[in-house]
Amino acid sequence: MFRRTLIAGAAALAFAGVMAAAPASAQIKIGTAGPITGSNATFGAQLKAGAQQAVDDINAKGGVLGKKLELSIGDDACDPKQAVSVANKFAADKVVFVAGHFCSSSSIPASKVYTEEGILQITPASTNPKFTDEGSWNTFRTCGRDDQQGAVAGALIAKEFKTRKIAVLHDNTAYGKGLADETKKAMNKLGVKETMYTAYVPGDKDYSALVSLMKKANVDVIYIGGYHTETGLIVKQAREQGMNVTVIGGDALVTNEFWQITGPLGEGTLMTFPSDPRTRPTAKAVVDAFKAKGIDPEGYVLYSYAAVEIWAKAATKAGTTDAKKVAETLHAGTWDTVLGKISYDKKGDVTVADYVFYIWHNGSYSEM
Amino acid sequence: MAYALQQLINGVTLGMIYGLIAVGYTMVYGIIGMINFAHGDVFMIGSFLSLIAITGLSALGVTSVPLTLALTLVFAAAFAAIYGWAIERIAYRPLRGSFRLAPLISAIGMSIALQNFAQVAQGARDKNMPSMIPGGMSIFEQDGFVVQLSWMQIVIFVVTLSLLAIFTWLVTKTSLGRAMRACEQDLKMAALLGIDTNRTISLTFVIGAALAAVAGMMFLLYYGSINFYIGFNAGVKAFTAAVLGGVGSLPGAVIGGLAIGLIEAFWSGYGSVQYKDVAAFSVLIIVLIFMPSGLLGRADVEKV
Repeated sequence: MFRRTLIAGAAALAFAGVMAAAPASAQIKIGTAGPITGSNATFGAQLKAGAQQAVDDINAKGGVLGKKLELSIGDDACDPKQAVSVANKFAADKVVFVAGHFCSSSSIPASKVYTEEGILQITPASTNPKFTDEGSWNTFRTCGRDDQQGAVAGALIAKEFKTRKIAVLHDNTAYGKGLADETKKAMNKLGVKETMYTAYVPGDKDYSALVSLMKKANVDVIYIGGYHTETGLIVKQAREQGMNVTVIGGDALVTNEFWQITGPLGEGTLMTFPSDPRTRPTAKAVVDAFKAKGIDPEGYVLYSYAAVEIWAKAATKAGTTDAKKVAETLHAGTWDTVLGKISYDKKGDVTVADYVFYIWHNGSYSEM
Repeated sequence: MAYALQQLINGVTLGMIYGLIAVGYTMVYGIIGMINFAHGDVFMIGSFLSLIAITGLSALGVTSVPLTLALTLVFAAAFAAIYGWAIERIAYRPLRGSFRLAPLISAIGMSIALQNFAQVAQGARDKNMPSMIPGGMSIFEQDGFVVQLSWMQIVIFVVTLSLLAIFTWLVTKTSLGRAMRACEQDLKMAALLGIDTNRTISLTFVIGAALAAVAGMMFLLYYGSINFYIGFNAGVKAFTAAVLGGVGSLPGAVIGGLAIGLIEAFWSGYGSVQYKDVAAFSVLIIVLIFMPSGLLGRADVEKV
């Protein structure tokens, strides 16, 4: 009798052990990818922070479809080749959803892999129109597009700097050239012609020759489609050569690292970015959670948070993590996110993108 | 005219930094006939050491800029010299006398090791620093074009030229210099005549590393943005400069560095900004076709 009880007890214990182990193995794997290393690593950190916080918050509320989320992080260093290998790694690990990548030149080639492998992709930051224009059923964003951003920048240039000499520069990346071309198109349509249009080599440190070239052409407004390191160096070197210019950049300047490069020489630099998500009422609780951890949710942090959040909501509503079904659900609904309400058009672009101008002043940026 | 002068200033500044690094390549080649591919990474280490020194000094409350710069220079050069010594000791000396590709491969390995060391120790992100010596002066104006010379550029000119002067004196007038020249001519014979060749080679690496560290410090102060990868690019350019000037020739390294800097500046200024590297390397190829030993190189060198 005693012996039988013992066996039953042992069996019950073993069963309990299996029960406890079951949720641990039945996790949903999702990924986020961006430049964790390299000169854009500051943005990789933004994406990672946002996605991690979203996963923690969702898991604290019980996860998705009763399962916990497990976040893996891929480092593409903004290199298209590395982005594809990160995508393949995610596919091999059976990741069902990726919140990434950061650079358009990474997101676009990676999206081809995700389409083939049936993985849903929501980029928090890649603004090149091609990402969704040439993308498939699985491509979405939580940010805007460069044609929207370029239209805002082009309109401002046409209005404020009509009579000035304007140089349009880009770094030949998918993001930089795409944005510069859209801005150029928008301002040309409004009757303003640039004095100069040229590419520079990203990763260089010395832009003094380019600066002298602009100085010779008496340029007094520079529009730069590129990332913050090169833009910062160009601003700094232009001011050091005594140029009195207004520099206008895009959304890749939303990091305090820009000011670390320029110091006070970056005063008055303009950039386009959606109206500050940190101040929206929907973001308050999340912003407080970040602040408690000592993270400033600047730039793309909340966009990354929203990408995970919106996927989790759609998957819950669809009742599955199957990428095709989640994508259909995403297109059909309007979603409450940390950024406010988001709904998608046929291509996977957000229906409202509200780019506004920011100005760098005394080490921080604020809306104009 | 004014514009050309401005591009000249841009090019010379860049060329001085290349030249300082190129001296290290050329010296090592002259003595042991080997290209020290890790030299660009010593330059990178030097710029990180400078950043550490500057940050440390400001944390200690040193506010005087000249004092900070002087202490940083000493710190970076001294520590990089230790790196140079250790690299030679660990990676090259054990291979001396083995087949000639062995130290070359070991050098590439050392370069990768140093890069990864900096990445792990200092992080993969760019390190940025605002200008310590901001401002400059206008020296010339023509048709509304103002030629600007920044204080930092003057610092680079002065430091580079005085270092090169000291270095030339060292090689031509001191007993160490005589030993170095003897080793360069014939290592075995120099040893037979009582020169401590191992010590001379070590000192060559030490001096080369110190010069690279000074170049790294200038780079940090002038551009204000460094990462673990800068050594590769700068190393390739400086190596090109050394080859262009004639590997093994000290004045050649400086002239080669200036030539590369000027080609980049003038090509960007009058041709295309995008293809400046193409221009620099095309000139290298053309020079090597017609002068295989470089501008100032000697034709009789038969090592690697």
